[in-house]
Amino acid sequence: MADSKEMQLRASKLYKKRSSFEMVWRQLRRNKGALLGLALLIIIIIGALIAPIVYDYDTDVIGMNVRERMQWPSARHICGTDDLGRDIFARIVYGARYSLAVGFVAVIIALIIGTALGAAAGYIGGVFENIVMRVCDIFSSIPSVLMAIAVVSALGKSTANLMLAVGIASTAPFVRVARAAVLVVRGEEYVEAARAIGQPDWKIVIVHILPNCLSQIIVQATLRVGSAIISAAQLSFLGLGVPAPAPEWGSMLSSGRLYIRDYSYMTLFPGIAIMITVLSLNLLGDGLRDALDPKLKR
Amino acid sequence: MDKNEERDILRIENLNVRFETEDGVVHAVNGIDMKLGYRKTLGLVGETGAGKTTTALAMLRLVPNPPGVVECDRLEIDGQDVRGMSASKLEQVRGKEISMIFQDPMTALNPVFTVGEQIAESIEIHEHLSKEKALEKAGDMLELVGIPRQRANEYPHQFSGGMKQRVVIAIALACNPKLLIADEPTTALDVTIQAQVLELMNELKEKYDTSMIMITHDLGIVAEVCDDVAVMYAGRIVEQGSLEEVYGKTMHPYTEGLFNSLPNIKNRQAMLKPIHGLMPDPTNLPEGCAFAPRCNYATEECKKACPALRNVGGTHMVACVRYEKDPNFMIDRRKQNG
Amino acid sequence: MADNILEVKHLKKYFKTSRGMLHAVDDINFTLERGKTLGLVGESGCGKSTTGRVILRLLEPTDGEIIFEGKDISKLSKSEMRHMRKDMQIIFQDPFSSLDPKKTVSQIIAEPIIENKIIKGKLAREERVLELMDTVGLAERYINTYPHELDGGRRQRIGIARALAMEPKLIICDEPVSALDVSIQAQILNLLKDLQKKLGLTYIFITHDLSVVNHFSDDIAVMYLGQIVEKAPAEELFDNPVHPYTQALLSAIPIPELGHQRQRVQLKGEITSPIEPPAECRFAKRCLMCNEEVCKKTVPQLIEISPNHFVACPLKQKELGFNV
Repeated sequence: MADSKEMQLRASKLYKKRSSFEMVWRQLRRNKGALLGLALLIIIIIGALIAPIVYDYDTDVIGMNVRERMQWPSARHICGTDDLGRDIFARIVYGARYSLAVGFVAVIIALIIGTALGAAAGYIGGVFENIVMRVCDIFSSIPSVLMAIAVVSALGKSTANLMLAVGIASTAPFVRVARAAVLVVRGEEYVEAARAIGQPDWKIVIVHILPNCLSQIIVQATLRVGSAIISAAQLSFLGLGVPAPAPEWGSMLSSGRLYIRDYSYMTLFPGIAIMITVLSLNLLGDGLRDALDPKLKR
Repeated sequence: MDKNEERDILRIENLNVRFETEDGVVHAVNGIDMKLGYRKTLGLVGETGAGKTTTALAMLRLVPNPPGVVECDRLEIDGQDVRGMSASKLEQVRGKEISMIFQDPMTALNPVFTVGEQIAESIEIHEHLSKEKALEKAGDMLELVGIPRQRANEYPHQFSGGMKQRVVIAIALACNPKLLIADEPTTALDVTIQAQVLELMNELKEKYDTSMIMITHDLGIVAEVCDDVAVMYAGRIVEQGSLEEVYGKTMHPYTEGLFNSLPNIKNRQAMLKPIHGLMPDPTNLPEGCAFAPRCNYATEECKKACPALRNVGGTHMVACVRYEKDPNFMIDRRKQNG
Repeated sequence: MADNILEVKHLKKYFKTSRGMLHAVDDINFTLERGKTLGLVGESGCGKSTTGRVILRLLEPTDGEIIFEGKDISKLSKSEMRHMRKDMQIIFQDPFSSLDPKKTVSQIIAEPIIENKIIKGKLAREERVLELMDTVGLAERYINTYPHELDGGRRQRIGIARALAMEPKLIICDEPVSALDVSIQAQILNLLKDLQKKLGLTYIFITHDLSVVNHFSDDIAVMYLGQIVEKAPAEELFDNPVHPYTQALLSAIPIPELGHQRQRVQLKGEITSPIEPPAECRFAKRCLMCNEEVCKKTVPQLIEISPNHFVACPLKQKELGFNV
């Protein structure tokens, strides 16, 4: 008897467990834009990962080479060289490390703070919700670059502070999205069922509510990485971001702007790099939103 | 055209609707024939997924394409072939010749227009009246469905569910359609309100000589308002006939199953006899009778070929192999009813 | 002395709205005997679901006592209440929103067992899940499926299995079959009846469907705008309805029979608002029998007009010789 029970248990485990990842992938596969975005993003990430293997930071990326300065794109330097004779392509590839890192870390900071606050506001409600949302309104009424400038000025110039600054500046949208999602899920009967079986509130939020809001938060995060990269580039452009001579795209633009009349390629290529990265993230984000939104499912 | 045919408001022959999706082809409606005489009310009964609503949408040519594909040999409303009709001609037919009441009165009304304007809109379009005249008539329509005409200037959110459904009925009847399709018009309403709405529909139908198709899952509603009944299962009509024939001399095992699933209000001790199992997956219908896997009377024969709807006397039609093989075959309900 | 599992006294639940207090449940009293079923019937907005949720303390009562097995649970703290929860469970109406879409069938059914530490050990727990699935008629092969892969009937079975997992004594069934097709509805009703017999469960069966409640309940309480207007054994209520509202409700049921003739009890007018209702009979505005002198003076009280048959209609009470 016990044996047969165990057999049944084992047999039932063989029944295919379909993951939600598979279902999202099936939806995403149909969306050509999202696939393009994903492909570009993977190429950029791979480039950023292998950059230190291909290029030597000290000689290829920040090492000056006055003899080859200001060269237009050629077979030797496919994106040309800058005013200090550094290969722009090498700097762009290496720069992807900074941009992606700043973008992702900033968004993760924003996501953690924003989701926690938003979820708590949505679940608890009342005065707490009011305070959080009004603070959120105030934050959103200040331009995010301005806010980031304020944070960097207060904390000092460094890559870590840049991440923190951009992160704080992009928190408000996460609070909003998380709160809205929690408000919807909170009204579902399975949340009531969880209370009926005696689950404490904090556990309900973690076990039932957040997993069901996750898709909306992930979409928001993907779309936000793009704008975080732009914010970081803007700050670097203003000289408040990653300190020179690190090859950050924003600071490359900034240094290239002096020569924009005669050597436009110096600003063109970093600009294109920013554009492609942000575009790929937005394409992917839009695709994910369509794939994860149950209302659009056929 | 011979005289017999002229008397029908609706004629459908061999209607098929399928939805071609990524997960396979959903066979929603599979070869339906339907005929409805003037001033008659047909009850289209079945469970979720039986294809009732799809059938109705196909009549109005409202099945979305893609993914829907509609094929039929004949589709005539009041003698006019609807199949090849141009979009503008179709718009004239919808609303004027045939109109539809949807299940949910909450979403059928536009929240930014007053109910008077919404009723007047279709009058304006179809009867080419001026705005004032149309609004005037809209007021008449409201009174007809039992709402004071002063309320024409109010917005839908100021009405209760039952009142909204009355407004929807007023819109549907505003242009005196010859055929009214009501898709579960009272499902969203409370019983006492449902009773009032059904009564109203019965009255108006008589007053305006409207023919009606009542789509419902509730056999009680059918008994109250319909002359004829068609029972649908898995996209096919399995039993059809007058109310007396289908209720009094039930022949199809599925129809019997539906009756047995309902609690008997007069005998509370009676055990429910549900139909076991589930409706088949419409992407993968069984080869033979679609009901055979759930049927207590099924034989090997039933699994082989899909039975055709056959006349068994009067207007009574049934699609069941057992009657073809054995004219004396009887289901339990028949035996009890004598 | 009857063995009462639940006694509800003067239960009230008011909601604050911008236009004043909404009296969702207003002074409800009843007792429920162990192993029986009480049907709570009424139309949308009459407070029947709210009553169910207040009894389980999923909503906090505004006032009144909820005496469960001799203990007033209406004033227990949150954590004390959590210990009581395994004795009283709920089955929801909507089999689509009542199951967490991110959890598998086994996770859903096992959750109450884990939460209340009923069974320790993974294998023992899984065995219990399989046993519960078997009890509610779910094939074992569904153990690792997600709810959205199943149909309404099967989902409702999962909901029942989850409620049974803690071996409750009282189950509140909130419209458990309204979202299901007739043939599936009958399957679930039969299942619930069998479970009651087998496990000695007590039910509060909340529904708007009168033919279902007649079939399913021992006693029926008819609610109108937050109050019980009539309560009687099912047979008595259907054979001899006294309150005009009950009469109207019963006469409105469409009967699936040929040539069923009936006198429909007509109703009129608009429904009284449940926000700050006046101290009069709440049904008065729709009642054709309404007598200004009697019905609009005070809030009618539930009076036992014959054994176990309670009615809150001042007119009928007067007719039957009671002092109002």
